[in-house]
Amino acid sequence: MSLSSSLEMARATHTGMVRAHNEDSIATDAEIGLAVLADGMGGYNAGEVASGIATSLISSETREALVRHSPHEVDRVTGSPFAAKLLADIIGKANTSIFQSASRQPQYAGMGTTLVVALFCNNQLTIAHIGDSRCYRQRGGKLEQVTRDHSLLQEQIDSGLLTKEAAKRSQNKNLVTRALGIEPAVEAEIHTYPAQQGDIYLICSDGLNDMVADEDIEMTLGAFGANLQLAAEQLVQMANDNGGRDNISVVLIRVKKDFPADEGVLAKFFSWFK
Amino acid sequence: MAKLILSLDGQLIKEFALSKERTTIGRKPHNDIQIDNLAVSGEHAIIMTILNDSFLEDLGSTNGTLVNGLPVKKHFLQNNDTVEIGKYKLKYMNEAPASMNRAEFEKTMVLRTPAAAAASKQVREPSDTQTDTGFQATLGSSIPGTIPQPAAAAGAATFAPTASIPSKPAVSPAASPPPAAPAAAAASPPPGQPAAPAGAAATATRGVGTIQILSGANAGKELPLTKPLTTLGKPGVQVAVIAKRPQGHFITHVEGAVFPLVNGKTLDAQAHQLDDHDIIELAGVKMEFFLKP
Repeated sequence: MSLSSSLEMARATHTGMVRAHNEDSIATDAEIGLAVLADGMGGYNAGEVASGIATSLISSETREALVRHSPHEVDRVTGSPFAAKLLADIIGKANTSIFQSASRQPQYAGMGTTLVVALFCNNQLTIAHIGDSRCYRQRGGKLEQVTRDHSLLQEQIDSGLLTKEAAKRSQNKNLVTRALGIEPAVEAEIHTYPAQQGDIYLICSDGLNDMVADEDIEMTLGAFGANLQLAAEQLVQMANDNGGRDNISVVLIRVKKDFPADEGVLAKFFSWFK
Repeated sequence: MAKLILSLDGQLIKEFALSKERTTIGRKPHNDIQIDNLAVSGEHAIIMTILNDSFLEDLGSTNGTLVNGLPVKKHFLQNNDTVEIGKYKLKYMNEAPASMNRAEFEKTMVLRTPAAAAASKQVREPSDTQTDTGFQATLGSSIPGTIPQPAAAAGAATFAPTASIPSKPAVSPAASPPPAAPAAAAASPPPGQPAAPAGAAATATRGVGTIQILSGANAGKELPLTKPLTTLGKPGVQVAVIAKRPQGHFITHVEGAVFPLVNGKTLDAQAHQLDDHDIIELAGVKMEFFLKP
């Protein structure tokens, strides 16, 4: 079942005003309701390599896996939607792939990437993330951060050492506590949320949220909401107008209408045998 | 590295580098910064340093601690803060890294997690008191001088006890990045500091961008464009947005089959920079853009 009649997706990525390369990588596929964003790190072009492996491998593997399974089916072992297990498995594969290329090729040693994967199915959204790239949701004109960074600052905020305001003045930015591809195994944080018609989801690298305040992101999604592509470009432009210190990547997804899964009798029947 | 400059009545006494996770200040001789004066408590205050951030805490001293003239219990130190203890002043200096290294410095790095310790070949018996935390910059050698010492990184683990970066044996140096990295750093010079962040380069804004409605029910009304974005028109019919940027004001068509006109010409899909006294026509309403002095 194609989701492209229910989901609209737009994306933009930019090197920014300071960096020499764009180490971010993004992929979207409205047909299967998938969006992937990765912010790579590592010397030379290793960051690009890591984020590139992550987005391409995750998109192609997800597309393949969805031919065999519907992501809304409940996994009998874990009791959570199959989407969560599917993403965990595929992210594990991507981790192995990046980690192995890094160990085989000295110029890629230590490369890694942050990751956000969003998979829409059956009026739900499953989000997997690692590191400090984010997913936000704009609903009823209000912007809310959906993911919580895996970063030193976030941990300091959680422990009460820093307030959210004070964190903006910290000199310890850009320290992530989890990344894809730097260790033999990684655990992605995965949650499933109900999606509603009219929701706009924003997935971005820290090049956006470090340069543009949440209030301004909210204002932009409000003003440009009718034109998702313009909204994406406007966000990138605002980050650059504010200094563009890092690569900036933005994926926007609008829920145009409900997308219930196809629960035909036959589909149910066959799912018993899987 | 951050430092404190101790002075009395404007006379510089000594400089202290904040190289340790905990730097103690007090009258007793065991303090890292000893101030032998009766107005200073035996254990007066402590400074916790986590990588590039430092936090001051008064330890319940008799005469208190001031920062920039205000009494504090706990304070997140900022560059140029002046800490006052009795008649003594401690100036906190923590300048952002030089612009040469700035772009490199700001690259994302990974604080290694316990899993890495298990994976690393070198395993050392962790003692109770030792909080030696391995810190791996994935850029490692490309940022000479900016890699925090293990001592500082250990602070991250011990100072935030609920954080999930527990102390762990040091990571083997074999895991460090390729030696060729410094060349990469030198070969990719960041094009200076970002061109004067937001607004500073506001040469184009000689006044407050303002819209005056010329026709329709609201004729004569003025709308100052103070926000970064201002929406004009009717949602679902025709909407345009004026963005306030460092270079000036730009109008963009967002929604609707009909595009707005500027000075009688139809806009295309691109953003269009507005000049003083441009006439905009949108959803049947005429309005003028001008810069209000």
